[in-house]
Amino acid sequence: MGAGFRRYSTYRQATVAGAFTNTVFGFLRCYVLLAVAAGAGTATVGGYDAARLATFVWFGQGLLAVVLLWGWTELADRIRTGDVVADLLRPVHPVTRYLATDLGRAGHAALTRLVPPVLVGPLFFPFYVPHRWSTVPLFVVSVVLATVLCFGCRFLVNATGYWLLDVRGPMVLWALGSGVLAGLYFPLRFLPDWVAVPLWLLTPLPSLFQTPLDVLVEVDPTPRQLWLVVLQAVWVVAILVLCHLVQRSAERRLVVQGG
Amino acid sequence: MMTVIAARELRKEFTVRVRQGRLRRARRTVAAVDGVDLAIARGEMVGYIGPNGAGKSTTLKMLTGVLTPSGGEVSVCGLSPVRQRTRLARRIGVVFGQRTQLWWDLPLRDSYDLLRHIYRVPAAEHAARLRRCRSLLDLDEFLDIPVRQLSLGQRMRGELTAALLHGPEVLFLDEPTIGLDVVSKQAVRGFLAELGAGGDVTLMLTTHDLADIEKLCRRLLVIDHGRVVHDGTIEALHARYGSRRRVVVELEEPLAAPPEVPGATLVTAGPLRLEYDLTGATAGELLARLAGLAFRDLSIVEPDIEDVVARLYTGAPVTDAP
Repeated sequence: MGAGFRRYSTYRQATVAGAFTNTVFGFLRCYVLLAVAAGAGTATVGGYDAARLATFVWFGQGLLAVVLLWGWTELADRIRTGDVVADLLRPVHPVTRYLATDLGRAGHAALTRLVPPVLVGPLFFPFYVPHRWSTVPLFVVSVVLATVLCFGCRFLVNATGYWLLDVRGPMVLWALGSGVLAGLYFPLRFLPDWVAVPLWLLTPLPSLFQTPLDVLVEVDPTPRQLWLVVLQAVWVVAILVLCHLVQRSAERRLVVQGG
Repeated sequence: MMTVIAARELRKEFTVRVRQGRLRRARRTVAAVDGVDLAIARGEMVGYIGPNGAGKSTTLKMLTGVLTPSGGEVSVCGLSPVRQRTRLARRIGVVFGQRTQLWWDLPLRDSYDLLRHIYRVPAAEHAARLRRCRSLLDLDEFLDIPVRQLSLGQRMRGELTAALLHGPEVLFLDEPTIGLDVVSKQAVRGFLAELGAGGDVTLMLTTHDLADIEKLCRRLLVIDHGRVVHDGTIEALHARYGSRRRVVVELEEPLAAPPEVPGATLVTAGPLRLEYDLTGATAGELLARLAGLAFRDLSIVEPDIEDVVARLYTGAPVTDAP
């Protein structure tokens, strides 16, 4: 975990640029979503009022870098170059090692990428402060689960490289699918129930992004918040088991590229 | 002697697809390693050589558990490399000359610190090993520079240290001196020689630089087309492929007829220069026979292992074999 934190902390300019970009896009998204909500003509849309929407956007802009929905191709690159050999020579399972490094990275992002948009947002927009004390620890647990889950999904997309070598195709599909269906572009609560419920239950995508934000802005009462976090945990277990199975299968057929 | 590395009928096959027409592809199975037998005892330093594509790196990857063998049996430190890979990883050190195992973004010092945690090495042991490597490999000047900014020679010294900090019983080195300059090569060789002299670490080394082998390894394994074609000392290889020591005599004045010497073949007979290959006689015996001549200079040329290995690789007939 320390390795991940230290590695990412060496790229200070990238961190500053990332935080700045997230903040700028925060303004754009916030204005668009507030305009949409105003156009709907009701006080709330899918349980979201203006303060909740602004909080959803600004925390979401920070959370994006913490769960790291996109932009991780390290495993795929190492498979393509054959450097994945070094991962197999460590006395730690590759999934465990990559996960630990990713949690270190997420810790660094939580400090450097989550905080700036969350501080800037309330200066210009209404903000929703949780009313129930249980929401805060539940939100923290939900963010950790989302990070692990997102790592698992990224690992699986990268691991297609064991079979395909070039992962650009799966990566584009992942970027498109996860952006829309995880709740990055708009709160999934805007969707009708017959779409949202199967999406939550049958795919891990809403658990990556929408769930922590729903928990934070208290769209649901506590039992339902808890239920959503349990669902996240179930998805974490399922995806990590799948990662282990995929890795085991990949190792059996591994061809080390480049001699 | 306890066998640390054992393999019997070790095989690795790869499937390659060959184009046949616009859309058709035919599958072909290629044996990269084709029935290799190995038995390496504790403390041995073994050179594993062969031409490009002979199966050296593939063998090493099977011995370290990275690749799953297609057939045969293999055991390293009494463990099955693929099934018990993570356990084995604590007992072996591996350096792949063309790949880095260090963290690209971090200074060596941080990488070593992380390795201590990954391998769960007690702090005192770690510090003692690192101290030794720092002095033998001159690491101090670049210990705080990120790996991505190191020169190849510096990185290689860093890689060697990283492979040794957990005190491995077996060290696998895949072309550790590739691309290094003379000074770095000497540093790496000197370090490995010192390591081998202790007798605790078993070392298996693949290389294309035969000077590595000559300086470090008593035993030589030659692999070609996936099969071991020689297993023995360098001297045995010379004997098998007819390498001979050559005695070159420069004369003060021309000779009418160069002397015939039993056990030595005259290969060059110039007016002022004679060259004999020793085919049975010793250099001393030859010189005793030439004692009456007036020498200007005399030299003994040791057989060149590069020539022998080149003949072995190309399959050229060994015409001067005894």
